[in-house]
Order: sequence, then structure tokens, then C-alpha cells
Amino acid sequence: MSGAELALQNLTSPMVLFFALGAFAALMRSDLTIPEAVAKTLALYLMLSIGFKGGVEVAKSGIDATMLLTIAASIVLSFAIPVIGYALLRATTRLSAVDAAAVSAHYGSISIVTFVAATEVVRGLGLTFEGYLIAIAAVMETPAIVSALLLARRGSKADGVKAESGESLPALLREVAFNGSVVMLVGSFLIGWISGERGMAMIAPFVIDPFRGILCLFLLDMGLVAGRGLRQSGKVLTPPALAFGIYFPLISASLAALFCLMLDLSVGGAALLITLAASASYIAVPAAMRLALPEANPALYLTLSLGVTFPFNLTLGIPLYVWIAGAVAG
Amino acid sequence: MQMHPKKRIEIIVEAPVLHRLTDLLDRLDATGYTVVPVLGGRGRGGSWTREGLATDAGRMVMVVVVTGEERLDAILQPVFSLVTRQIGIVTVSDVMVMRAEHF
Repeated sequence: MSGAELALQNLTSPMVLFFALGAFAALMRSDLTIPEAVAKTLALYLMLSIGFKGGVEVAKSGIDATMLLTIAASIVLSFAIPVIGYALLRATTRLSAVDAAAVSAHYGSISIVTFVAATEVVRGLGLTFEGYLIAIAAVMETPAIVSALLLARRGSKADGVKAESGESLPALLREVAFNGSVVMLVGSFLIGWISGERGMAMIAPFVIDPFRGILCLFLLDMGLVAGRGLRQSGKVLTPPALAFGIYFPLISASLAALFCLMLDLSVGGAALLITLAASASYIAVPAAMRLALPEANPALYLTLSLGVTFPFNLTLGIPLYVWIAGAVAG
Repeated sequence: MQMHPKKRIEIIVEAPVLHRLTDLLDRLDATGYTVVPVLGGRGRGGSWTREGLATDAGRMVMVVVVTGEERLDAILQPVFSLVTRQIGIVTVSDVMVMRAEHF
């Protein structure tokens, strides 16, 4: 399938169309809302389902050297991406060292929802992927925060500004590593791994059948959130910062694609690793940044990751990453 | 009815800081506090609302502490040190309470 056909297929999928509906409703200032508690429940369901399915896959396939190499590669990616992002932001925008470091931390970390959406695209194409990529998603949450804090400290010193984090790094990392979505994802993954196909046979009607419908509802809510972010984007983002939200995921994706050349991943697995590298966090890292770098402007990084990069990845990025994966893996 | 003068500390702060703040209040032996979700508002950075946020990072909460004047500085100083770099407001006001022994 060509890149254009992939993009068209993705853009006309119910998931993306519901996302677009949510964004449209928010831009039109409609009163359409998903109650907060419902949105949280939907997110928990998605984590449970994707984690459990990944665990069952690993129970079937077992652990191999590729898994360990992929985990190592993902840690390197999560450390390295913020360094590149920070350098580009400092070179192309007028962001302070602290703001640039906070933004780059979001891009080194990952978006679980983008990952979940990508798994559906991969499955929709009849591709399979390595179940342990669920664990990779969890592994990639935290290293970027360490990178970003080091960058902020160094950059602020150079600027003559004090940006000492009032937070102890271990406490912060523990908080990110054990945030609700990671616990649910990794916990479900382990439960799926332990219970295997027998467990899947027991709860398949719950974790498989309603998955796509619930993903549509969740993405409708994400569309509403992203639409509100888009409304803000003109107020808080300069054109170079806005451009960063589009071009930087492509740079991260290219870096991940280079790693995929060296790893023995399937096309589906490579597409997901590339998607993880290209996605930007908007749940765990923003909260961590409010604690570690409170001087950084939250409107800036939330608008960029949620209002710019997330919609880009969901609509055009994922099909592009699948296409790249087809060229570098398999 | 007899009423007793006390001080009310009102801290509006970002939700990610909440646990640190309540832990601090526990350590400072504040006799009690109340946590209230904040729906929205308008400040120096413009208006904001709790509605439709995907993360705690954009949410605010209000923590209310009522204490005797003699304990005010002992609570206020460390609280201020914790929240001074965060987005938020700290106010202190005079209030009257019915049961002085509770505070």
C-alpha cells in the first residue's frame, strides 16, 4: 500500500473521524463534553486492554534477544530525543532554557493514546507486532525527564538564570514511573503474560470486542481537548514553536527508523517503535514538569504536545510511520 | 453564641503539588485542612477552566487551613517555601469559629 493510500485509509477510519468531530465541536465552541470520570474510565479500559493483549502475545512468543535490544534502544532514544529537541528549540525559537527543556522532555517521552491508535492502524492493515512493545512504551516514559532536567540546569547556568529543581529526582521519577496509566498498562501486561491464552479466552469479549468503539469515544474526547488546545495555539505559540510541533516528530521518527534498521523487529513492531519516538507526552510529563521546572510555561508545552503534535500524529504521522517501517523493517 | 478568632489560610495551587502540600501540612501538625477542586478562573496568564483537561498539570485545587494566630507563621513559612515557584495564590484572613478546641 502506498503512503497516500495509507494516509487516506487512516483519515477515513472511524477513530480519526471521531477525533475530528471532537476537534470541530471544540473549535465551534459546542457544549459537547465527555464527563471527566467517564474519560478516565475509558482511558483505564484502553490501558487494560492494550496491556493485557500485549502480555498474552509475549506469553505466546517468549522473550528473545531482540526484546532486550529494543528496550535498550528505546532508553537511548528517550534520552537522546530531548537533547536534539532542546538544541533545535534554542536555535530556532526564543524560548528560555527552562521552557525549551520542558518542551523537549515531552517529546522524549511518549503518548500512550497515540500508541494505542497506532496499534489499531497496524492491526487494521493485517500486520502483527511484538507484544513487548507495551513494555517499551512504559520504559520510554521517564528517561526524557532526566535529560530535560540536566539540559535545563546547564542551559540556565549559561543564561545566568537559576533553575534548580526543588524536587528530588528519585521522587519525581518514581512518581512518573508509577503514574496511574503506567501502572494500569504494565500491570495489565503482566497479568496478560501470566494468564496467557487461557486468560484471554476468559475475558476476550471484554478486552477485544468493545475496544474499537471505546477508542472512538475516547478519541472524541481527545478531539475536544485538542480542539481547545488548537484554539489556544495562536495565543501561546510563535510560528517557529508551532512548526517544531510538526517537524520534530518527523526527526524523532527518523532517528527511531535508524534504530529499526539494526533491530530485528516486524513491520508492525517497527511502526509502533517509530510512533512511540515521534509521540509527545501530555499526561505524565506535564505534571512532572510542574513539579521539577515550575518556571516553565505549561500553556506552551501542553498546547504543543496536545494541540499540535497529537492531532498531527493521529491523522498524518501514524500512516507515515507505518510506511517508513515498511521500508526499514520486515 | 460565643465565637473565637482564628486565621484562615487559603492556598490555591496547581494539582500536581497537592500531595506535597498536604504531606507538609501533616508534618507541621496543622490540626486539619480541607481540599476543594477549583473549576476555573482568570489570572495573570489569562482565563482557564478545569473542563476538558487531559492532565493534572492544568488543574488547580484549593486547600483551606484554619489555625490559631500563634501557629500561623510556623505553618505559613514552609507552605510559602513550597508553593512560591508554582502558579497560585496564598491568602490569610481573619475568621470566627464556634469550637476553638478544634483548631
